[in-house]
Amino acid sequence: MADGESSKEATARTLRNAFGNVLSFFILLLIGVLAFSIRLFSVIKYESVIHEFDPYFNYRVTQFLTKNGIYDFWNWFDDRTWYPLGRVIGGTVYPGLTLTAGTLWWLLNSLNIPLSVETVCVFTAPIFSAFASWATYLLTKEVKGTGAGLTAAVLLAMVPSYISRSVAGSYDNEAVAIFALIFTFYLYIKTLNTGSLFYATLNALAYFYMVCSWGGYTFIINLIPMHVLLCIVTGRYSSRLYIAYAPLVVLGTLLAALVPVVGFNAVMTSEHFASFLVFIIIHVVALVYHVKGNLSPRMFKVAVTLVVSVGLVVCCAMIAVLIALVASSPTKGWSGRSLSLLDPTYASKYIPIIASVSEHQPPTWPSYFMDINVLAFLVPAGIIACFLPLSDASSFVVLYIVTSVYFSGVMVRLMLVLAPAACIMSGIALSEAFNVLTRSIKFQLPGSSGTSQSRDTSLNADGEQNDRAKTEKMDETVKERPSKKNRKKEKEPVEKASIRSRIERRLLVLPLEASVIAIILLVLLGAFYVVHCVWAAAEAYSAPSIVLTTYSRDGGLHVFDDFREAYAWLSHNTEVDDKVASWWDYGYQTTAMANRTVIVDNNTWNNTHIATVGTAMSSPEKAAWEIFNSLDVKYVLVVFGGLVGYPSDDINKFLWMVRIGGGVFPHIKEPDYLRDGQYRIDSQATPTMLNCLMYKLSYYRFVETDGKAFDRVRQTEIGKKYFKLTHFEEVFTTHHWMVRIYKLKPPKNRIRGKTKKSKLKASSTSSSKRSATGKRNPWH
Amino acid sequence: MARTTSRDAQALFQSLRSAYTATPTSLKIIDLYVVFAVFTAIIQVVYMAIVGSFPFNSFLSGVLSCVGTAVLAVCLRIQVNKENKEFKDLPPERAFADFVLCNLVLHLVIMNFLG
Repeated sequence: MADGESSKEATARTLRNAFGNVLSFFILLLIGVLAFSIRLFSVIKYESVIHEFDPYFNYRVTQFLTKNGIYDFWNWFDDRTWYPLGRVIGGTVYPGLTLTAGTLWWLLNSLNIPLSVETVCVFTAPIFSAFASWATYLLTKEVKGTGAGLTAAVLLAMVPSYISRSVAGSYDNEAVAIFALIFTFYLYIKTLNTGSLFYATLNALAYFYMVCSWGGYTFIINLIPMHVLLCIVTGRYSSRLYIAYAPLVVLGTLLAALVPVVGFNAVMTSEHFASFLVFIIIHVVALVYHVKGNLSPRMFKVAVTLVVSVGLVVCCAMIAVLIALVASSPTKGWSGRSLSLLDPTYASKYIPIIASVSEHQPPTWPSYFMDINVLAFLVPAGIIACFLPLSDASSFVVLYIVTSVYFSGVMVRLMLVLAPAACIMSGIALSEAFNVLTRSIKFQLPGSSGTSQSRDTSLNADGEQNDRAKTEKMDETVKERPSKKNRKKEKEPVEKASIRSRIERRLLVLPLEASVIAIILLVLLGAFYVVHCVWAAAEAYSAPSIVLTTYSRDGGLHVFDDFREAYAWLSHNTEVDDKVASWWDYGYQTTAMANRTVIVDNNTWNNTHIATVGTAMSSPEKAAWEIFNSLDVKYVLVVFGGLVGYPSDDINKFLWMVRIGGGVFPHIKEPDYLRDGQYRIDSQATPTMLNCLMYKLSYYRFVETDGKAFDRVRQTEIGKKYFKLTHFEEVFTTHHWMVRIYKLKPPKNRIRGKTKKSKLKASSTSSSKRSATGKRNPWH
Repeated sequence: MARTTSRDAQALFQSLRSAYTATPTSLKIIDLYVVFAVFTAIIQVVYMAIVGSFPFNSFLSGVLSCVGTAVLAVCLRIQVNKENKEFKDLPPERAFADFVLCNLVLHLVIMNFLG
């Protein structure tokens, strides 16, 4: 009886497996479509443009690549930025994203699909987020089976944290890097599970792609050694671990050294030393296990005593050499950004330029809820599920989530690294929960008294479940499927196990009503998540930030397109070789959109240069004019939001200019700009503040708009309303006054020694006479 | 005390040798290959310590080529070892093919560092 039944069961199982495979394939396809289409809100609501700041640079590089070819790209020296220094683009940029989009464009064009480079760039991120969710499926499948994989994939497809960096038009490194990250992890786990050298090679290549794409590759090269070490320490060493790790280190290091921006840093900086240390350790451990396998236990003990005494000496010597190496390199071999990861207060203490970037700030608690929503509550359950039973793969995922939670707590932008881990964990948790609940329903259904008939009842339960699933929406179907899949997967080992485990499973059954209610609640939770994600994708994260919109009171849509207006003005009305000074935030956009040379840009590699611009902005007019003139600057661009209430304008960033400038040029002191520790621009503001260039350029003629000069961002009337510019002249102000462009007046032909000074004094007194507040000029 | 340790050590080497003579010839060849690669790497490191690492790309590629070769050979040895129960269902031909592929990638990368 048993034989016949088992053969029938076997055919039924293969049939159901085939059915499940086809179904999961289609589900994955739909997940890809979902991941792609949820990111198109920005194109639909705004237009198909590149977003924000860094993407403009990447876009410009891609344009260069498609126009001039790969060899020119590697040798590209860009003289349009960082005037007069210039920048070696080929050697300082992570080329992964650019090369990907360039290849995509080339491929499409060779297929006679004439898309513009911009279109390809805009849609690179959504395409790769579909890839990322498939990679998540693969990774989670390796950890906990198909069901958890599908759930994790659908969660990742719409996790807000990832959406925020990969909406259509957000053409940034992270867009492809997250895919590369997950895929590298998947291949590592795959190698670990199979012990195949083929996957190890693929793993090294995926790691290479990650190194090409993003500086975050150091996360991989530190996390994997940590996991290897964890496995060794907990006694889980296996030869598969060796195959997964040792080739990765050698190949990965060599491949990483191929990327120009990394170069020999791959073997010279401390970020990578952990992997080499673990590389040595794993060899020692491998040797020990090998010898242990060949010797009798008694002999092994002898060998241990013999080796330990010799080995300790060697180890000490090695460690001493390593420490000497590390100590001899500057900053102990750690780069500033990495140091600020280990010590969160490092950046704010030493490097204002890193601290000034808002995405390098620690996140607030609400941002966790905003970015990963209900996943935050599911993660602990997922961690518990990973421990029953703990495998190499699941311990890796646990390590991944623990480290990424730490890193996300340091820097808000690393929430992006946390998001896949949270999705995987929540996928596992949801899938396990459905697994337990549906199983308890199955056991409690009428007619399923025996243990041997579980097969039939499982079919029943499946049917019933399918009915329910069909009534729900698509994503619930996805979530229901996993539970079944997982159960099926889990059944295979169970059959081999003794009856005792079956009895144990019987004991784990929950009451029928409770499990039905729990399933409904879980589905509701998923629905909340979906609603939140769609809202986040549609409302919170789709704004391209170069085009702003507001809704007026009567519901009409108002578009502020001032940035492009200003850049277009620059490109049409200035000479090709004119230099434009602005705060570094707008450097990439100016070079990309206006095609003019800038002094500083978002690649903040030279702090002194930025400090020079910061000093100029916080100096009085004449000193600023001299600084700008020495830099050959023709135009100065400031962003001003006071008229329309655009909060991230230069006045709000101004304190950072003062800080960064003061860090290099000590005559700029932050307290001079603060009244009693408060930053204000109203009549209580300090005279230094009211006379600095940034104030003047922002508020010049501002009083003419409404007669009161009321700043809508700071919600106050400005301190000094009537003044004239002596060294700058206004040449262009955009429609909503958001971008104002000034030209440096040429130096006077005739310099009259004393008379010039008195004239200056006279003009300043006359201007102050006219000013309403009647403030005295502190510069004389 | 000293005599017991020396005797123990002798017994240890005896048993190690006897265990090693039992390994198949193919594995011994791989072992020889690994030892050779490691030896080459050590020579290069010693040379670097004496002369200096000036053409760093040459040093890096040279050493890592040897280390990589050794590591890959060790992986191959693990996979084709009959005593290793974990790789029972992996045919040695497949293991060798993987080994060749991995070496190909390794040395393609190494070639980029030449000159």
